[in-house]
Amino acid sequence: MLRVIVRRLLQLVVTLIALSALIFIWLRNLPGGPVDALLGERATPETRALLTKALGYDQPIHVQYGKFMQRILTGDFGNSIRTGDPVIEVIGRAFPATFELALAAMVIAVGLGIPLGYLAARWRGRSLDHLTVVGTLLGISIPIFFLGYLLKDVFTQNIHWFPPSGRVGIGLDNTNITGFFVLDGLLTREFDAAADALWHLILPALTLATIPLAVIVRMTRASVLDVLNEDYVRTAEAKGLRHRTIRKRHILRNALLPVVTTIGLQTGALLSGAVLTEKVYNWGGLGTLITDSITGSRDYPVLQALILLAAFVFVVVNLLVDLSYAFIDPRVRVR
Amino acid sequence: MTEPTTQAGTPAPRRKDERPGGGNLNRLGDRKKARLEELARASSGKGGVSLFRDALRRLRRNPAAIVGATIIGLFVLVAIFAPLIAPHDPVQRFDELTSKLAADNIPGPTDGFPLGSDELGRDLLSRLIYGSRQTLFVGVLATLIGLAIGVLFGAIAGAFGGWVDNILMRVTDVMLALPALLLAITLVALASRSSQWTVIMAVAIVNVPIFARLLRGSMLAQRESDHVLAARALGVKQRSIVLRHMLPNAMTAVIVQATLTLSVAIIEAASLSFLGLGDPDRDRAEWGAMLGDAGVRYFEVRPELAYYPALAIIVVALGFTLLGEAMREAIDPKNRR
Amino acid sequence: MQARRLRTAVAIAAVTALAVGAAGCAESERDGDSGEAKTGGTFIFAGAGDPKNFDPSFNDDGESFRVIRQMFDTLVTHKPGTAELTGGLAESWEHDASGKVWTFKLRQGVKFHDGTPLNAAAVCYNFDRWYNMKGAAAQANMIYYMDTFGGFAKNEAEGAGESIYNKCEAKDDGTAVLTLNRYKGAFPGAFALTSLSIASPEALKKYDADTVTQNGDSFAYSAFANEHPVGTGPFTFGGWDKAKGEITLNKNPDYWGDKAKVDKLIIKIIKDENTRKQELRAGTVHGIDFPAPADRKALADEGFQVIDRPAFNILYLGINQKNPKLKDLRVRQAIAYALNRQQLVQTKGPGGSKVADEFLPDTVLGYAPDVQKYAYDPEKAKQLLKEAGAENLTLNFYYPPDVTRPYMPNPQEIFTILANDLQAVGIKVNGVPRPWNGGFKDDVQTFGKHDLHILGWTGDYNDPGNFVGTFFGRAKAEFGDQAMTEMFEAITKADGTVDEAAKKAAWEQVNRDIASKWLPAVPVWHAPPAIVVTKDVEGMVASPLTDERFNTVSVKQ
Repeated sequence: MLRVIVRRLLQLVVTLIALSALIFIWLRNLPGGPVDALLGERATPETRALLTKALGYDQPIHVQYGKFMQRILTGDFGNSIRTGDPVIEVIGRAFPATFELALAAMVIAVGLGIPLGYLAARWRGRSLDHLTVVGTLLGISIPIFFLGYLLKDVFTQNIHWFPPSGRVGIGLDNTNITGFFVLDGLLTREFDAAADALWHLILPALTLATIPLAVIVRMTRASVLDVLNEDYVRTAEAKGLRHRTIRKRHILRNALLPVVTTIGLQTGALLSGAVLTEKVYNWGGLGTLITDSITGSRDYPVLQALILLAAFVFVVVNLLVDLSYAFIDPRVRVR
Repeated sequence: MTEPTTQAGTPAPRRKDERPGGGNLNRLGDRKKARLEELARASSGKGGVSLFRDALRRLRRNPAAIVGATIIGLFVLVAIFAPLIAPHDPVQRFDELTSKLAADNIPGPTDGFPLGSDELGRDLLSRLIYGSRQTLFVGVLATLIGLAIGVLFGAIAGAFGGWVDNILMRVTDVMLALPALLLAITLVALASRSSQWTVIMAVAIVNVPIFARLLRGSMLAQRESDHVLAARALGVKQRSIVLRHMLPNAMTAVIVQATLTLSVAIIEAASLSFLGLGDPDRDRAEWGAMLGDAGVRYFEVRPELAYYPALAIIVVALGFTLLGEAMREAIDPKNRR
Repeated sequence: MQARRLRTAVAIAAVTALAVGAAGCAESERDGDSGEAKTGGTFIFAGAGDPKNFDPSFNDDGESFRVIRQMFDTLVTHKPGTAELTGGLAESWEHDASGKVWTFKLRQGVKFHDGTPLNAAAVCYNFDRWYNMKGAAAQANMIYYMDTFGGFAKNEAEGAGESIYNKCEAKDDGTAVLTLNRYKGAFPGAFALTSLSIASPEALKKYDADTVTQNGDSFAYSAFANEHPVGTGPFTFGGWDKAKGEITLNKNPDYWGDKAKVDKLIIKIIKDENTRKQELRAGTVHGIDFPAPADRKALADEGFQVIDRPAFNILYLGINQKNPKLKDLRVRQAIAYALNRQQLVQTKGPGGSKVADEFLPDTVLGYAPDVQKYAYDPEKAKQLLKEAGAENLTLNFYYPPDVTRPYMPNPQEIFTILANDLQAVGIKVNGVPRPWNGGFKDDVQTFGKHDLHILGWTGDYNDPGNFVGTFFGRAKAEFGDQAMTEMFEAITKADGTVDEAAKKAAWEQVNRDIASKWLPAVPVWHAPPAIVVTKDVEGMVASPLTDERFNTVSVKQ
C-alpha cells in the first residue's frame, strides 16, 4: 500500500512539473502579455524594453522557468501582475465567493429538483408532469448568461426586488472572517449582514441553478419511474403498505442512487456556469478571476497558479478517492 | 453552461445491481464514463441493421422525435436556402436604416425591413436567416471535429486494448473531468486570440473525450461478441474487422451523442461570445455572437437584438435535444421488449 | 435589519461626537469657513476597474488615478471642468527666459495627512526621489516620469536618454526652484500630471515607498502604495476591501482648499458598464463613470444627470507607410476622403462627439482653424486611387476587438463601419482582430505589421506636444516611415519654442502641414466620455482630463 502511495505521489509530481513547464512556456510565447497590459497606449519602445527587462522576460525561457520552479518549490506562486498582491491571496479571496454561489445553487437545484422530479413521476402524464418536462427542456436549452440578463432586468430594474450585482450592499461594514459572507454574518451575529448577503445571493444562485435543476428533475423523474415498475414496489403496494412507507423505504431509497451520481456530475457544470453567472452579476469569484486574467490584464502568474492548482486538486482528490476505495472495498485493487 | 456529456438527456436509470465501469466508480471522471459506456453497450448488442430498423420504427412513433426532427429539418433548410429566403444582403448597411441609427437608437421594423435594423444599420431579418448558416456551420463543424478526433482515439483504444488503451483513456479521463467551458476558455486563451476557428476548435476539443469514451466502450463490448469472433475465426484481418464490423456497429451510439452535442455546441459558442472570446468578425452573422455581443449590449435600446437570436438558439437546441433523446431511448435495449 | 440600524446609529453617534469634539477644538483656530454647506454622508461612485496601487508615481491608468487624485495634489492643477492651469500646491510659478529654471511659490500652511508640513524641502524631496529611483522594477513603473523627464540618475533601461532633471532646491520654506537641463514644451502642463503628485516625505520613508520588489515575473508594491498613501488631498485613505472591490476614503478635515462636503467617499469597482447603470438605477451608487453611449438618453430621460466631459481625446485611423502604396500621399488622401466620419459620429458617436479634423481638441494651444479638411467624397477617393495607380489595393486593417477605451467605446463596430466605407471605394480590407493586450499594441506599435489601424489617446494636460508630439514627434513603427524627418523636425522645433506666441504659431503650422502635406493618419472623432450622477448629487464637475475631484460633491440625504 505504501509503495502504491509513493508511486502515485511521484506520478503526481512528474505530472505537475510537466504541466507547469508546458503552461509556462506556452504562455510566454503568446503575443502581447503582461507588459502590454501594464503599459496602456503610452508604451514607448524604451518603457516597453525596461518593463520587459524588469519582469525578466528578456531572459532565455529555461532560465525564466528555472526561477519560476525555484519559487514554486518554496511555496511562492508570485504576485498578481495587476495589483502586486500575492497570487495565493488573490485566489483565496475569490474562492469563497464562487464556493458560496455554487453551494447555494446546488441547494436550490437539489432542494427543488428532487421533490419536483418525484412528483412529476408519481403524477406521470398529468399537467404537472408535462409542465416539468417542458420546463426542464427549456432549462437546458437556454443560454444561462441570457437567462441571467433577463432575470436581472426583470427583478432589479423593472421590479426592484433584488440588488443588481455584488455580494453585499455597498459600504456595508460587515466583518469578514471566512470570506463566506452569509456564514460570516451568522458567525459574528451581524444577522442583517447575513440577510443582506443572502439577498444578493438569490438571483445569481437561481441563474446558476437552472441547468443542474433541470438535470436533477429529469434524472429523478426517470429514476422514480423506473423504480415504480419494479417488482418490490408492486409487492409493497399489493401488501397494502402505506404510501409514505413505500415512498420512503422503497422508491426514494432506490431511485436516489443515480440521482446522487448526477449531483456529483454537476459540480463541473457548476464551475462552467459560475464563469458566466459571475460576469452577469459582477460577482468577484474564481470565474471572474479566470476571465479577467485571460482577457483583460493577462495576469499570467494568476493564470498559471489557477491551472496548476486545478490540476493539483484534481490529481490529489483522485488519489484519495482511489485509496479510500481500496480501504473500503478490498475487491478493488489500486493499480 | 452545460456540460457536453450526456447530461442533457434523461440517462437511462441504472438498477442498483448493474454498475457499469466496474470497480472504482467514485473517480471523478468515472461517473461520466459510466454513462457513456452504457450508451455504448446499448447500441452494440446485436447485428447493426436490424437494430437500426428497430430503432427507426420506435422513433417514428415518438412525438418528441417528430418535433425535434421537424425543427432540425426546417433549420437546415433555412440554412441551405438562406440566399433565396433572405430579403437582403446580410452585410450591407442601408441608408434607410443608418439615417435613423444612433448610439442610443436602433430603428425598428420599417418598409422592406420587417424586423428592423441591427446595431450597424443592416437588415436584422436577413442576418437572422443567414445566421442559421453560420450557426449550423459552427455547431456541425465543432461536433464533427470533436467526433473525428474522438473516434480516432476511441477506435484505436478499443481495437488494440492494452497499454494503448490505457494511455489514451488516461488522457480522456483528465479532459472529461475538467469543466467544459473552462477547458474551452483556456483553449481560446492559449490560442491567444479568438476567431471563428478558435471557437470551433475549443468546442470540438471539449467533445473529444466524450466520443472517444463512447466508441471505445462500444468496441470493447464487441470484441468478444459472436460476429467478431466468427470473423476472426474465418481469418479476416484485424484491420478489416475493425473497419467493416466494429466501427459501423458503434456508430449508432455516436450519432445519438453527436445530435445531443450539437445543441450544447451552439450554446457554448454563444457563451464564448458573451465572455468576449467569440468570433470578433461583426460581418459574419452567427446567432451566438449576435446574442452574446450586440444582443446583450443593446438590450435596453432594442431588446429584439437579443430576443430573436436567443429564441432561435433555444428552439434549435431544443430540436437537437428532443431528437437526440428520442434516438437514445429508441436504441435502449430496455425498450426493446 | 434591526441590529444593523442600531449599530449604524451607534456608529453615527460616535462619529458625530468625535466630529463635534474635533470641530470644537479646531474652532478657535479656524476663521469663518465653518459657514459652508455641510451635508456629510457618503458619496458612492462606481469606477470601471481595479486600481493598481496608490503611489502616484508608479501609476499610469485612470482607475488608479481616480482614487489617487482624491488624496494627492500636484504643484500645478487644472481649473475644475477645464484643461486650464491654475495654482495647486504652488500658488504661482514662473520660469526664466531659457525655460530651464522653474520657481514655485508654495501655498502656506498646507499639511500632509500625517500632519507634516508641505514645504519646499518636501517638494524637492519628491523630485529627488523620482530622479534617484533605483531598480528596474521601480523605474519600469514610472511611465509618466519617464515620459516627461526622459530618464533617471542611473537608468536601468539600456538606451534610455539622459534625464532633463538637474536639481531642485529649497530657496526658502515656501519657494522651490527646479532646474532642468533644457526647456521642454510639456511644462508647466506636465506639472499637473497626477503621477507627479507630491507625497509626504515622512510617509514615503516610513512606509518604504521606493521598494518595489520584483518577485519573479511580477512586482510587489510597498506599504505606502497599498495601505498608507499620504498626500495633501481632500480625502484621506480609509481602506481597500479587495474581496468586495470597494475603496473607502474619508474626509480630510484639514484640507487647504474646499473641504470635502461628504464625510466618506466610496469608490466601488464595477467593470461591466451595464451593471454600473443598473446599480445607479437601483440607487445603490450615486454616480457612475463611462456609461455606455447607448444608455445616455435613457438615463437622462429617467432624471439622472448625464454630464459630458468636454472632449479632450482623439480617435484616429493610423496609416503605416511601410507599405509602399501608402507612401503615396494621394492614396492616404483617398482613404481620408473615403471615410464617412460624419455618419460614424451620428450612428455610433456618444453624445457630444464630433468629427475630428486635427489630432488635438480645439481647446488646446496650436489648434489651427484653417487646416485642409477631408469631407466625405467617395468619388474623389476613387479618382485619387486611380491617379496613384492603386485601384487594386488590399490593406490589413488591425483592430482590438476586446476593449473599451474612452475614445473608442466599441472598436468592432467602428472597424466594421470604417472598413465598409473603404470597401465602397474599391479598397479591399482584410480585417485583423488582435486582443488589446494580446498582440494588438505589439503588432501595431512595436512591429508595425499592419497597414491600417484604429487607436486613440486621451490628453494628459493642455499641450499640443502631448497630442501631436506623442503621435508624430519621432519615427514610430506605428506609422512606418522612418524618414518623415521634415515632420519630426518641425514638431521638435515647435516643442522647443519657449515664447508663447511663437509656440502657438509653430504648432498651428505643424497641424496645417500634417493635414495637407504629411497625413500620417486620419483623425476620426473627438468622443467625450460622460459621467452620470443621480438627481440628489450636487457639485459634480466633469473634467476633460477625467480629473474629477469629489470634494465639491454633496449628496442630498
